[in-house]
Amino acid sequence: MSSRPVPHPLQLHRRRVLFGGLCLCCLPTRLRAGSPAGFATEEIAPGIHVRRGVDAEAAVENAGGIANVGFIVGGDAVLVTDPGGSLADGENLRAAIRRVTDLPIRYVVMSHVHPDHIFGAGAFRQDNPAFIGHARLPQALAQRGAYYRERLEAVLGPGRAGPVVMPTLLVETATELDLGDRAIRMTAHGPAHTDNDLSLFDRRSGTLFPADLLFVGRVPSLDGSLRGWLQELVALEALPATQAVPGHGPARVDWPAGSADLKRYLHTLVEETRAAIRANIGITAATETIASGERDRWALFDDYNGRNVTRAYKELEWE
Amino acid sequence: MRKSCLALMVLGLLGPATAIAQSTDDDAARAERWHELQQAIFGDRTIGDGTGIITLDAPQRALDAALVPITITTAADRNVTGVALVIDDNPGPLAARVRFGPVGDPGFLALRVRVNQYTLMHAVAETSDGQLHETAKFVKAAGGCSAPVGENEAASLAEIGRMKLRLQGEAVAGAPVEAQLMIRHPNFNGMQMDQLTRLYTPMRFVQVVDISFDGAEVLHLEGDISLSTDPVIGFRFLPGALPGKLKVMVRDSDNATYEASFDVPASGS
Repeated sequence: MSSRPVPHPLQLHRRRVLFGGLCLCCLPTRLRAGSPAGFATEEIAPGIHVRRGVDAEAAVENAGGIANVGFIVGGDAVLVTDPGGSLADGENLRAAIRRVTDLPIRYVVMSHVHPDHIFGAGAFRQDNPAFIGHARLPQALAQRGAYYRERLEAVLGPGRAGPVVMPTLLVETATELDLGDRAIRMTAHGPAHTDNDLSLFDRRSGTLFPADLLFVGRVPSLDGSLRGWLQELVALEALPATQAVPGHGPARVDWPAGSADLKRYLHTLVEETRAAIRANIGITAATETIASGERDRWALFDDYNGRNVTRAYKELEWE
Repeated sequence: MRKSCLALMVLGLLGPATAIAQSTDDDAARAERWHELQQAIFGDRTIGDGTGIITLDAPQRALDAALVPITITTAADRNVTGVALVIDDNPGPLAARVRFGPVGDPGFLALRVRVNQYTLMHAVAETSDGQLHETAKFVKAAGGCSAPVGENEAASLAEIGRMKLRLQGEAVAGAPVEAQLMIRHPNFNGMQMDQLTRLYTPMRFVQVVDISFDGAEVLHLEGDISLSTDPVIGFRFLPGALPGKLKVMVRDSDNATYEASFDVPASGS
């Protein structure tokens, strides 16, 4: 019988975990006592309010508020464009809505399965809204929801992640709903950032909400299909939108100009990965070199690029 | 997820001996887990320290838990006849077992695996004297087993059984040739739920891969649910004469078989 000692002791309290395109880093326990940073929204068009998420990983100090979330106020109802990255983030968003309007919160859009966008949904259950998601969101949540919750609690503390809320209204292709003189077009996309991306378009203000189909400044994370993502961007550019709210980055950018950096990064991934596959460069070596010219252009580049390359490689090696 | 992991183990992938606590977070528990796995996989055979005989390369922290590239190398002068890869804390811990044939080169084997949680990985070499030798690596990765069925698996299912072979450099008779075999197969591990039917997508995985060159065995691999979607096997073979044909037979757990044949040209031709 072997009785060799087992190497590498685990340091559970300092684990850093990558999941679903989101890296959660544990913090020293002294930060646990801290309270979430101030929650501020900006009105980027009449009736459209956006909270800019910080370009960091989910942590106690930001209460998981790392994605851009917000709400749209119509003539007789409010739509939440993503409920936030934790129960507290969602509660803060709900309080921000109530500072602006008393109209009922009828719709909570869950743009895709990643926890930084949707774990605030529990804060809106009291409003009994329709929770809206891509037709493939329930399956993705069934597979990952409990795991995401466990990992988020490891960062934020027990009970602080929020419940896994299932969507109650599914979008298979596209649909429109009315907030009272304000029609919102919702489009379910093919595999791109994830396989369950839902975008919104507010015709009245010409504002597109691509959620994580648009990253600005923070390195994109690929959890769906690289070629699919580029295709969906082409479709989004055809919309008569003049501005967009990225899933990460500034509260608003011009559209379609604001997708230039993302497209350059994704095209670089495609071209350099194809070149590596042609040159018989293995997947491990590829992750160390591909897209390295993009390193200085993005926040958190080294936390995500290698994983993006892995995904790109396994997609493109079968071309 | 936890429940299904345990269920899979209890269902007898490795027999009842492995139905132990699935979360092994300290050294003692990890050592105990490996001890039980040794019993389940290798019986009462002693496994010695593999230093100088077998090396396992794996990323300390995986970039993608559903696709963790690993490489096993063995010393040329130790008469290694086969290797096994065990991912201790995976629901199907025995990821692959490989026997090398007369024109196979035991010196090199590369695989892509799923990793379900932070775990020790063990690589075990068997030498021609019947002895076993082990080495281990700790890998930080999580969630690879229940990674959703997505675009990738749909494409895999549509093209199931399609294969590609990539040769590293030009083949020269009598010298080892490095090759990479790619197999389109979703390798469903039974842990992915269909939300509409509330049923798990049934397990269907690559069970056997036989590779031969001009009729002589290169290797025989027995796989399990821990191999990634679209299994990729890096290996070396020793062509006696060129040109020749590398033949592959794949059988999955549904007893479906897939065959492919690849021409290996002589250098310069």
